[in-house]
Amino acid sequence: MTRFSAWNVFWNGVTGQKGWSRQWRDPEPKPRYDVVIIGGGLHGLATAYYLAKNHGIRNIAVLEKGWIGGGNAGRNTTIVRSNYTQPGNREFYENSLNLWEELSHELNYNVMFSQRSHITLLHSPGAVDATARNYNTMRLTGNADVEIWSLEQLQEAVPHLNYGADARFPIMGAAVHKRAGTARHDAVIWGYARAADQLGVDIIQNCEVTAILRDGDKVTAIETSRGKITTDKVGLAVAGNSSRLWNMAGMRHLPIESHKLQAFVSEPLKPLLDQVVVFGMGGAHFYISQSDKGGMVFGGDLDWYKSYAQKGNLPIVQDVAEAAMSVMPCLGRVRLLRHWSGVVDMSMDGSHFICKTPVDNLYLNAGWNYGGFKATPASGTYFADLIANDRPDKVIANHDLKRFERGLQLDERGAGPDPKLHG
Amino acid sequence: MSATRLNTGGRIDRSQPLSFTWDGRSYRGFAGDTLASALMANGEVVLGRSFKYHRPRGIMSAGVEESGAIVTLGTGNRAEPNTKATIAELYDGLVASGQNAWPNVRNDVGASLGLFGRFFSAGFYYKTFMGLPPFEWGRGTGLWMQYEKIIRKAAGMGEASRQADPDCYDHVHAFCDVLVVGSGPAGMSAALQAAQQGKDVILVEQDFDLGGDLLNRSDPKSNAIRAELIAALTAAGVRIMTRTTAFGLYDYGTAGLLERVTDHLAVKPDHAPRQRFWTVRAAATILATGALERTVAFENNDRPGVMTANATRSYLNRYGVLPGQNIVLSTNNDSAYDTAGELARAGAKVSLVDLREAIGADLSEQMNAAGVTVQTGLAPLKALGGKAVTGVQLARLQGDTWVAVETLPCDLLLVSAGWSPVVNLLSHRGGKPIWDQDLSCFLPAPCAENVTMAGAAAGHWSTEHCTASGIAAANLAMGQKVGAIAPGGWNTPIKPLYEVRLSGQKTKSFVDPQHDVTSSDIRLAHQEGFVSVEHLKRYTTLGMATDQGKMGNIIGLALMAEALGKDIPAVGTTRFRPPYTPVAIGALAGRNTGSHFKTLRRTPLHDWNLRHGATMTDAGLWHRPWYFARRGESLSEAYIREATTVRESLGICDVSSLGKIAVQGPDASEFLNRIYSNAFAKLAVGKARYGIMLRDDGMVMDDGTTWRLSQNDFLLTTTTTGAGKVMVWLEELLQLRWPELRVHVSSVSDQWAGVSVAGPKTRAAIAACLEDPEAISAENLPFMGVMESRLRGGIKCLIARISFSGELAYEIYVPADLGEAMMDQLWAASEPLGGCLYGLEALGTLRIEKGHVTGAELDGRVTIDDAGLGKMASTKKPFIGSALRQRPELEREDRPQLVGIFPKDHSDSFNGGALLCKPDEISGFGEGWITAVTHSPALGHWIGIGYISGGHDAWQGKSVTATDPVRKGDVMVEIVSPHMFDPKGERMHG
Amino acid sequence: MIRIPCPFCGTRDHSEFAYGGDGAIIYPDLDAPMQDWHDAVFQRENICGRQVETWQHVNGCRMWLLVERDTMTHEIYSVRPAHPDMAQALEVTA
Repeated sequence: MTRFSAWNVFWNGVTGQKGWSRQWRDPEPKPRYDVVIIGGGLHGLATAYYLAKNHGIRNIAVLEKGWIGGGNAGRNTTIVRSNYTQPGNREFYENSLNLWEELSHELNYNVMFSQRSHITLLHSPGAVDATARNYNTMRLTGNADVEIWSLEQLQEAVPHLNYGADARFPIMGAAVHKRAGTARHDAVIWGYARAADQLGVDIIQNCEVTAILRDGDKVTAIETSRGKITTDKVGLAVAGNSSRLWNMAGMRHLPIESHKLQAFVSEPLKPLLDQVVVFGMGGAHFYISQSDKGGMVFGGDLDWYKSYAQKGNLPIVQDVAEAAMSVMPCLGRVRLLRHWSGVVDMSMDGSHFICKTPVDNLYLNAGWNYGGFKATPASGTYFADLIANDRPDKVIANHDLKRFERGLQLDERGAGPDPKLHG
Repeated sequence: MSATRLNTGGRIDRSQPLSFTWDGRSYRGFAGDTLASALMANGEVVLGRSFKYHRPRGIMSAGVEESGAIVTLGTGNRAEPNTKATIAELYDGLVASGQNAWPNVRNDVGASLGLFGRFFSAGFYYKTFMGLPPFEWGRGTGLWMQYEKIIRKAAGMGEASRQADPDCYDHVHAFCDVLVVGSGPAGMSAALQAAQQGKDVILVEQDFDLGGDLLNRSDPKSNAIRAELIAALTAAGVRIMTRTTAFGLYDYGTAGLLERVTDHLAVKPDHAPRQRFWTVRAAATILATGALERTVAFENNDRPGVMTANATRSYLNRYGVLPGQNIVLSTNNDSAYDTAGELARAGAKVSLVDLREAIGADLSEQMNAAGVTVQTGLAPLKALGGKAVTGVQLARLQGDTWVAVETLPCDLLLVSAGWSPVVNLLSHRGGKPIWDQDLSCFLPAPCAENVTMAGAAAGHWSTEHCTASGIAAANLAMGQKVGAIAPGGWNTPIKPLYEVRLSGQKTKSFVDPQHDVTSSDIRLAHQEGFVSVEHLKRYTTLGMATDQGKMGNIIGLALMAEALGKDIPAVGTTRFRPPYTPVAIGALAGRNTGSHFKTLRRTPLHDWNLRHGATMTDAGLWHRPWYFARRGESLSEAYIREATTVRESLGICDVSSLGKIAVQGPDASEFLNRIYSNAFAKLAVGKARYGIMLRDDGMVMDDGTTWRLSQNDFLLTTTTTGAGKVMVWLEELLQLRWPELRVHVSSVSDQWAGVSVAGPKTRAAIAACLEDPEAISAENLPFMGVMESRLRGGIKCLIARISFSGELAYEIYVPADLGEAMMDQLWAASEPLGGCLYGLEALGTLRIEKGHVTGAELDGRVTIDDAGLGKMASTKKPFIGSALRQRPELEREDRPQLVGIFPKDHSDSFNGGALLCKPDEISGFGEGWITAVTHSPALGHWIGIGYISGGHDAWQGKSVTATDPVRKGDVMVEIVSPHMFDPKGERMHG
Repeated sequence: MIRIPCPFCGTRDHSEFAYGGDGAIIYPDLDAPMQDWHDAVFQRENICGRQVETWQHVNGCRMWLLVERDTMTHEIYSVRPAHPDMAQALEVTA
């Protein structure tokens, strides 16, 4: 495997690109693995990588129904941030951000993590106070770079937002999370795949799981479209479809509903926005950044009804465009190039699950709501640790399925047990 | 390329010359031109620069697939980057300029990047820019972010304005029986067939003229067909929309259309929107969206002067421009022969090279007659020339390998490599197209929904077949059985051709010219394992440019299939995403922007408040008075005066925005008893009670007072922001969970104007306004009493003696339209007593002094006990939330509980949002937080309210630090009871 | 755009309605044990395919409806008022 470096880019340029080989193998599934991860998305591949790297388990298969990264990995708006404040979530996302900062070097793959600042617009004194509480918590728990900006500071940094007299919700200031930003989502998938593959992980694409066979409280084997695979441990990392695999494993209920979330990209433009800007007011929700290629990448709310279909609807397109124009009125003549949607696991408190299950050797990674992309490195790390050691690290101790029985709330928004409200 | 405008022919209006500007120079064109045809007629060749290598690019097509002539229209706040010149309708005064180039597209310094092209292979940026070269030393993202700045500047295409778009856009909704997309012979025939059977039909056409490919023909027969169809459509009452693109198909026959209303007008009328976004709900949809001509990957196939063959037919027959004098036309199918003949007859020297070894005798004869020289078995290997094509080297296929043969000089190189039906809209519905080996194109698969494809979009190549398929599609859409019409229609089969290159040779052969994706990039992607079509697309950016792969996707698939040794269908096709062509965000937004972004709700007293000096603030969707500044007063001066006045004499506050729900029926009290945590069954008529509503999960949902007006008639009030949510919740409970309860709920929020009148002099002020001043005596209206009464002038009102401020206070409700009359009376009675009007800020002060909770404290994560209201949770009855509120974590003693907060040094102040910590442990999550603060005039210093673990009991007398690192330093505070002023509540009984 | 045939108002865009949730959930009595409430409030079958779900015609007649819909194709098979008396009244009228 040729190492990625400026030197090798140069050398292969000179020698006709002959030195590059497959970034990951295309192996036939073996009949047995120590660990099988179901789901070749960001979390599944990251888990396999950390299992191999941190825990020395090499006999691992990642089973993917289609092609890796074909689910939400390639459908999100690529924002990486750690401004979560509930105990457990806070440490988890902060650790994730720390891992993000070194990820390109770690994987020897440029995931283009651009720490360009994440700016949340604030519109009322109450919102300033509520956000200040969260950002104070961040300051005290390991993230020194968060700030509350005055209107003047914001205007200087992002002069072309709507500061006009016609703004329905005048901007009062902003909460700024400087180490946050965006990354290149596909590169993260490929980077983890390549790095996991190098450690011996078998990434098996076009391999649909058709049955999860159990003997009492143990999974014995996985039936797939490419044959039966026996294994000691199974990890589910299939956000969007968690309930379907859960059913296959012989269980019925999860605190999850599948919803769809749309995303949007404009035609490529010369640099127009250097940060991530987030707006939430009056029941509207909107976030926007510019990709390195120049497209304005943006999104808003869920489609508001449960769905497993990767197809969006027009009312949300309209809602998001309205918010876009209200926040950045210069976008009027910018054209939408594509919009698409992904199916997300919306959980009952808006937080995720990385936990053991009623089945002894089956582990669950699910319920990522809007937040799966930014969680990737931490999700892989902690899920791998859980699978390898059969016990949760204290950071994820409360990210289990029993937390609702205990009355624990990891509800960042305080929205209550209605999955669609946790966007 | 030496194009010339012909003196006759075409559909342009030579009597209407138009002047326009390109890159600062003036040009002339005619009505009916596109920007591309006008620039071509003026001899302009290089109109754009490519994304990565800044290669010069000219016009490549005549439609939406254009990937070369991409320009910026307009200037300043009307600048419209990335516009395809081929679909920009010319108008007098149009201003356009080149983009992604410096100093201009003809001479672009950036072209030097092309010299390094060998290093810029697909995905090279994933392999470097991580650290210090050459071996990527270093940590973190610092170096990458330096590289990123340079990359971002180099990337992108056009430059967007940073000023607000000055134009307006409209939304329109429509319904029809049949929506027909595309006005070629198939679309028009389909629309006519449906309309003649009585269907309500909408026909949309993205072009400014009807006819589809018929517009590109000059023969009398085509013109006659077109004219007849248009006349018949008009007569049949079909709604025809030109300049309208169906950009997406959605669930249930919904289509999104974009209508360009004024873009083509020299003088834009003030009354018209720039564009309209239509949402059409159609019972049936027929897609007659045509087909796009493909090109071939060969070296320098992107040179200005290399075009798709049929596009020249458009320039010649529609725009009256002969695009070249010395033309080589390369083809592998029958469709280009008419074009060759027409170009020759128009005066060009035309050489046709056909990949196929044998062609039909009729075609040979036709070419002979037109003076076109024909050679067979040949294909283009390499285009010669730099900023304009000067010739083409041809190649012949020997066995499996290409062999270079002769070179032909030319000023225009046309390529026709077959046709790709436009299946994009069907793909939006999830329909996967099927590869047809014989026609070498994807054909639409049948759709489970009522969406039918017709014409060239279904693979029918001749006008006759298109017409027949249009009629058949209409019949099918209307539920009639029709016989299948076989696609195709060429005499000699097409011979598939995707790439021409000598074996082993590295070339710059463009597959997706706009993004500079070359055939080598496709092969590199294969070499590195990016073999699935979605990986290929993402790794190379094939098909991600503004033409959305219209130009290059099929070639890319074919090259990957070849590399894999598979058939094209085995590689698959990507799912096309809406929109079909890019849509202005302004159009999607319509008028709901700026101040119209979200509904603005005003109380019935809004104007009265403004007339009396109110400054408004947002409260949910409402505007509510924030404070009433007297001359020269700041916010803090005003609210402190207002709060002081309320405690000393009286104040009036608009509370009309509170939610008001009439709960009526024989089981109303039982219903309230279930939804509130405290008991309501025994609330007496004429009494009000404060209630707390929990969610199913036991957390506090909303609070408010409920007034029993009569045995079966209650008025329930909610918070301002909770009104909608509570109403939905009550309806859900009554219709879904407890249908047996005989209760009706109706929102009466908008029916009433309400004020709170608070302060020791309140009773006198109100009494002065009542017809019966004795009505509100302490005896007649005790604390928590409710009564109906009349203001002077016979204004019926409801009065409740309830207090949020802790003072003697009343809420008075009158019918909304009498709100101002009430205010006039109350104000007239209050002002002489030294009263004031007060807003939300002073209301906040008063309630913080009393330790009353609002949304800042009830944030959805708080239990009734946390908020210090545990005694309001009945132990004698079950209620919503009573089961789950008893979960262990919710009953922990160390949960944060509501407290009051004083600064240790009373001259200090602090902020809402500050965290409460042990002084020696200012880290981690802290022990609590401050939700709201105010300067308390009653106590003479700053106070706050918030939560701290264990509550007041745990922290009494202990030192606590309020830390607010994001805004200010630490302040030492003491934790007190939340009831900071008048803790015994004596004043409200006053 | 999903088009929902409201039994009271006729077929309307889904944007007039608000999605509620799984219509198969039976909420326990208020005094039922905590575990029953936990299961009703937090556990979901999350069916992929045909499910009965609740919608409210919130910008219309405000009636809560039981909609049988495929969560993959979005096809609607039936719509009836959630309130049994309403459902019965409609049947009588029909």
